[in-house]
Amino acid sequence: MNILHLLKAFLITGVMLMATAVSAEVPLPEIQTGEGNCVEPTDIMRKDHMNFIYHQRDETMYQGIRTSKYSLKQCVSCHAIKDDQGEYVRANDPKYFCTSCHEYVAVKIDCFECHADTPRSTDKHELRVNE
Amino acid sequence: MSNKASNKELVNQKRRAILGGTAAAITGAAIAPGVFLTETAQARPLDEPVNGKIRWGILVNTNNCNDCNDCVIACQEENGWGIGSTDEQKSRPDQKAQWIRTVKVTNKKTGYTKTLPMFCQHCENPPCVDVCPTGASFKRADGIVLVDKHICIGCRYCMMACPYKARSFIHEKLTDQRSYAPRGIGTVEGCTLCIQRVDNGEDPACVVACSNSLIFGDLNDPDSEISKELARNGGTQIRADLRLNPGIIYQGLNF
Repeated sequence: MNILHLLKAFLITGVMLMATAVSAEVPLPEIQTGEGNCVEPTDIMRKDHMNFIYHQRDETMYQGIRTSKYSLKQCVSCHAIKDDQGEYVRANDPKYFCTSCHEYVAVKIDCFECHADTPRSTDKHELRVNE
Repeated sequence: MSNKASNKELVNQKRRAILGGTAAAITGAAIAPGVFLTETAQARPLDEPVNGKIRWGILVNTNNCNDCNDCVIACQEENGWGIGSTDEQKSRPDQKAQWIRTVKVTNKKTGYTKTLPMFCQHCENPPCVDVCPTGASFKRADGIVLVDKHICIGCRYCMMACPYKARSFIHEKLTDQRSYAPRGIGTVEGCTLCIQRVDNGEDPACVVACSNSLIFGDLNDPDSEISKELARNGGTQIRADLRLNPGIIYQGLNF
């Protein structure tokens, strides 16, 4: 085998390796959200959504402030999506608007162990809402 | 830290914008609902924090209480526990959620019997708050005793400390909770005095279901219905000897 053949072999192997590397990458999440715009621009939400929810959580819990703008309930109420059967997608489904991205970045959230993951589906009582 | 502070500032800015953008507008907004507050004691705007001027309480007239269980069913429907919920299927009855229950009390000597609803007594000095190792058990400024389930580790110390057995622990995974009453595995829970309704300017679900024997109101306001009734006919706190000063007061317990 001459040197040219050897180089060719190396090149082919290299290209093949690169191809495998690309195909092994986790695909970007496809985030589907329901109707309604986010309460802040996307770049701010991407970075700070957890802080907004975190602050609102404590203010609601300890001070009874129940504005809806940064409430988790309001996120769910606009962004929850329905499947082909017209049923709401649940939080454990990878299609759920939080889960799709959180699975991709491997950040486990436990909000929906306690909180409702669909908009007011079982509520017996309608609360005041202000924006 | 600075990042958190700036976020907080951002939240505050947004809130100011909602209120009208200027400090003058905020002052104006605060005065107007404040006036309304003294009238109904229930008109707090959604963006205004609770204050210590109010002390919520319930007066239970056990003379009108007749074993019907309506208060318990109303609580279950409102807050999504017990019958009709996805609650703990594998637990024993004594392990299951119990925000409110009816208790029959009998004087063995005379045979005098009374039924009464028993739930979180929303003490002024709550032992559950004293013993909580994480600070999850807390008392809100308006006297409502709650569990912050975000920091509850499920140790159940508060359940042991409570002389009224008012709290329960969730052993199993739940789904389909009410959006306004989050509850989930590994945390302790109890009567919230229907905080979502109270913040909304309404009476708790049990009081609505049984206006016959339950009165909800502000114990600090001498003109509220509950204070007037207490001034007229008085009432007793259960285990008043413990000096916890419960916000739930009973009538007709003259054993």
